[in-house]
Amino acid sequence: MGDWMTITDTGLSSESKNISQYTSETKMSPSSLYSQQVLCSSIPLSKNVHSFFSAFCTEENIEQSISYLDQELTTFGFPSLYEESKGKETKKELNIVAVLNCMNELLVLQRKNLLAQENVETQNLKLGSDMDHLQNCYAKLKEQLETSRREMIGLQERDRQLQCKNRNLHQLLKNEKDEVQKLQNIIASRATQYNHDMKRKEREYNKLKERLHQLVMNKKDKKIAMEVLNYVGRADGKRGSWRTGKSEARNEDEMYKILLNDYEYRQKQILMENAELKKVLQQMKKEMISLLSPQNQKPRERADDSTGTVISDFEEDAGELNRESMWDLSCETVREQLTNSIRKQWRILKSHVEKLDNQVSKVHLEGFNDEDVISRQDHEQETEKLELEIQQCKEMIKTQQQLLQQQLATACDDDTTSLLRDCYLLEEKERLKEEWSLFKEQKKNFEKERRSFTEAAIRLGMERKAFEEERASWLKQQFLNMTTFDHQNSENGRLFSAFSGNSDQDNPTVHSRPRQKKPHTMSNGSPVCTSKLAKSLPASPSTSDFCQPRSCVSEHSSVNVLNIAPEETKLNQVGRESANQKWSMASRPGSQEGCYSGCSWTYTSSHVEKDDLP
Amino acid sequence: MNFSEVFKLSSQLCKFSPDGKYLASCVQYRLVVRDVDTLQILQLYTCLDQIQHVEWSADSRFILCAMYKRGLVQVWSLEQPEWHCKIDEGSAGLVASCWSPDGRHVLNTTEFHLRITVWSLCTKSVSYIKYPKACQQGISFSRDGRYLALAERRDCKDYVSIFVCSDWQLLRHFDADTQDLAGIEWAPNGCVLAAWDTCLEYKILLYSLDGRLLSAYCAYEWSLGIKSVAWSPSSQFLAVGSYDGKVRVLNHVTWKVITEFGHPATISDPKIVVYKEAEKSLQRALGRPACPPPRAAESKYEIASVPVSLQTVKPAADRANPRVGVGALAFSSDNYFLATRNDNVPNAVWIWDIQKLRLFAVLEQLSPVRAFQWDPQQPRLAICTGGSKVYVWSPAGCVSVQVPGEGDFQVLSLCWHLNGDSLALLSKDHFCLCFLETEAGVHTAFRPPDHCT
Repeated sequence: MGDWMTITDTGLSSESKNISQYTSETKMSPSSLYSQQVLCSSIPLSKNVHSFFSAFCTEENIEQSISYLDQELTTFGFPSLYEESKGKETKKELNIVAVLNCMNELLVLQRKNLLAQENVETQNLKLGSDMDHLQNCYAKLKEQLETSRREMIGLQERDRQLQCKNRNLHQLLKNEKDEVQKLQNIIASRATQYNHDMKRKEREYNKLKERLHQLVMNKKDKKIAMEVLNYVGRADGKRGSWRTGKSEARNEDEMYKILLNDYEYRQKQILMENAELKKVLQQMKKEMISLLSPQNQKPRERADDSTGTVISDFEEDAGELNRESMWDLSCETVREQLTNSIRKQWRILKSHVEKLDNQVSKVHLEGFNDEDVISRQDHEQETEKLELEIQQCKEMIKTQQQLLQQQLATACDDDTTSLLRDCYLLEEKERLKEEWSLFKEQKKNFEKERRSFTEAAIRLGMERKAFEEERASWLKQQFLNMTTFDHQNSENGRLFSAFSGNSDQDNPTVHSRPRQKKPHTMSNGSPVCTSKLAKSLPASPSTSDFCQPRSCVSEHSSVNVLNIAPEETKLNQVGRESANQKWSMASRPGSQEGCYSGCSWTYTSSHVEKDDLP
Repeated sequence: MNFSEVFKLSSQLCKFSPDGKYLASCVQYRLVVRDVDTLQILQLYTCLDQIQHVEWSADSRFILCAMYKRGLVQVWSLEQPEWHCKIDEGSAGLVASCWSPDGRHVLNTTEFHLRITVWSLCTKSVSYIKYPKACQQGISFSRDGRYLALAERRDCKDYVSIFVCSDWQLLRHFDADTQDLAGIEWAPNGCVLAAWDTCLEYKILLYSLDGRLLSAYCAYEWSLGIKSVAWSPSSQFLAVGSYDGKVRVLNHVTWKVITEFGHPATISDPKIVVYKEAEKSLQRALGRPACPPPRAAESKYEIASVPVSLQTVKPAADRANPRVGVGALAFSSDNYFLATRNDNVPNAVWIWDIQKLRLFAVLEQLSPVRAFQWDPQQPRLAICTGGSKVYVWSPAGCVSVQVPGEGDFQVLSLCWHLNGDSLALLSKDHFCLCFLETEAGVHTAFRPPDHCT
């Protein structure tokens, strides 16, 4: 049996080799798989049969081989190779069909197995690589784990050390505290000791002093004396008075009088200070009302409801309070009313300012978005350059005209020369014409450029508008700061002046501070810009914007303001209508000045208006 | 600035009369009274010994000369040169002498502070006040001359007595809640009396004229306390300088601290102008190094750029009266400024803006500041450092002026004339007057334009 096994083994291996060979073939042409199979199987089989079965099956042992195969196949569940015999005695016949079927089936099975094997192999490979990867990962993770573990240990160690340190420090702190306590105790005990000693010493010293006093004073020291030529009169011219109960009472009276006077003085100062503060408060309130009402007229249209109504309430309120002029009364209700109203208005103002802030930030964002806006300086420079060029061109034209005229004049004088020169003249004319056309083109270009600049100017105007808005918000903020600051300031000033005795002199300065500051800040911000703007484009809508605050103010201001207002509005209208026209107007210095002076005048008028405010 | 000629002087005794007309100066045992305008000698009095103290009476009619060594006080009349008065304290001794505000009484403190004797020039009456306390500032007359506050010590306790000066009647007597009262001072309005404790304890007490305790203030404990105290002329502020190098300003309404002025050694705020005295580089001296400059080098002020670190002195911790803390402070006459000196930054004078309650300017001198005094008329501070220069600060700028004359005139002390036009400069044994021009004819180190307001 052992031999058998070996034989089969080799046979199987060779078979498998063969099969692998032909499977490779089949792989090459999978379409004609079956037919080829059959063919191939038949051909190599026939070729190889001999060699194949040389070991296993020989001429002699065909029967045994067949029976063996039959047995083997039946055990694997294939149909028997033999035909069904009728009787047991009869010899079994080999069924070729069955053999072939079996073979085919075996081959199919083999193929399947091979495929499966291939699959399994690839899978195996895959799995192997996966395995490798996982192993790698595992190793890495393990490493990581190790390092983190180590780290953890290190951190724990550090933590422990720090805790240790902390504990030590705590201990030290405690020790120090104890030490401090001890030292303080020592100091205290020393102090008491010192005081005690001092007292003892002082007592001794006092005793000594007393003794000395007795010794020195009671000896009737003749030396202790005053030599005076003659007694002088008292400074007040009165005679000395005896000390009596009466004089004592008088002294008391006087003392209390002095104290009372002082308190009265102080009360007066405080009252004055209070009045001043109230005035400031009132003014602030008024200003707030005036500041809030014109702006909130518009929001009210937006049906922004609550604030508007509140304001109107307060306007009424303010009117009432003013009419009654009950500021001098320090009555509780009035005070409450005033503070409440101020507080509310303050809240409104705050919200308003916040709104403005938001607006400004929005505008800012927008402003930063369009970057193609030309900066004002560039614009100015450009216009200046253009103007210069225009001037030069004009001069050139003039000189050329002069030359022409001269030549014409000379031409009239002398016919012959003219004839001679005719050709030259013609030539020159041609050249001039050329130049003229060139010139015209240049002019056209200039025009174009000018137009682009006016466009830019309009854009600038827009920018300017945004800037105005920003400025307004800034001013508002400034004003807010100022009011708070001034409020404090005046408080300080009052406090200072109230008791320094020259309050009357101080009053106006304190008052004038907010007034002075306002125009100052305005002039800080705007005139510079406006002057620049006036130079470049006085027609831009910015001027009208600029006039706006003044026109607001003019609602309750003097006739002068009204006088100038229409002129300026007209100017502005014109400016809006045609930028080009405005441009030419602006180039004249006179108009610039006019505009500028107008602006400055508006300042002064507003200033005056401010002064009128109580 | 013009300077008068130099006159002789001893013990730095030179005083303007309260009415501003006369100038009294002492040379050994002679008292010289000059006219302020002409500096002509009007009177010359001869005392019995070297004069140690001189004082004008409030009405400028009498001058008191004290000779403590002999226990003697001599009073001279300006109007009647032949009139004389001599007060002898005999064996009781004399340690202090002063006028009463009416100019008709002399208050003499005997040795060991046994008592104060009140001698009257009008009557024969003599009053005694017992138990005066020996302290830094134990006597204080109110500005209007009505009241005298006196620190007393009885049975190891501090008391304050308030006397009516017109008849020396005791008006109030109350115990001060202090360990060891160091000084008392009336507010200029005469209604509040400030009393402060010894330097061992920070404590300042404020008493009303009628003896009520208005307030007590203590900034800290366990450390050296108050070193100097000054009322603002408006009585509105009380500045308290202490050993911690700070000035605390109390207000007169709540008597609470309204601000604390520290004296940092480095100034980094660019708003503060730091004037630094610098020696002028003498090119002539450099050119000819062989001959030394005849006088001390001239100096000028430079505006130092912040941050500036000032020279500090490390005080000896183991000695009494350490050179540390705010040792001198003075309000300007218009209440707007406060000048201080921190003793461990001895070369610097701090000038504080009282309106804004912040540091305004710092002057750093080349040598330690000896004395400073405000112009009685305007915010102008005169400073001397013991050198031959006098320094004047005003909000507009700062100027350093060399005192002319032969030899070195070391200005140890100075005092303003009443109208602020002139300044007496005192050296060890000379004095001269310095006349300040009202017009700005002097070089001032003006502030940089960005500081101009």
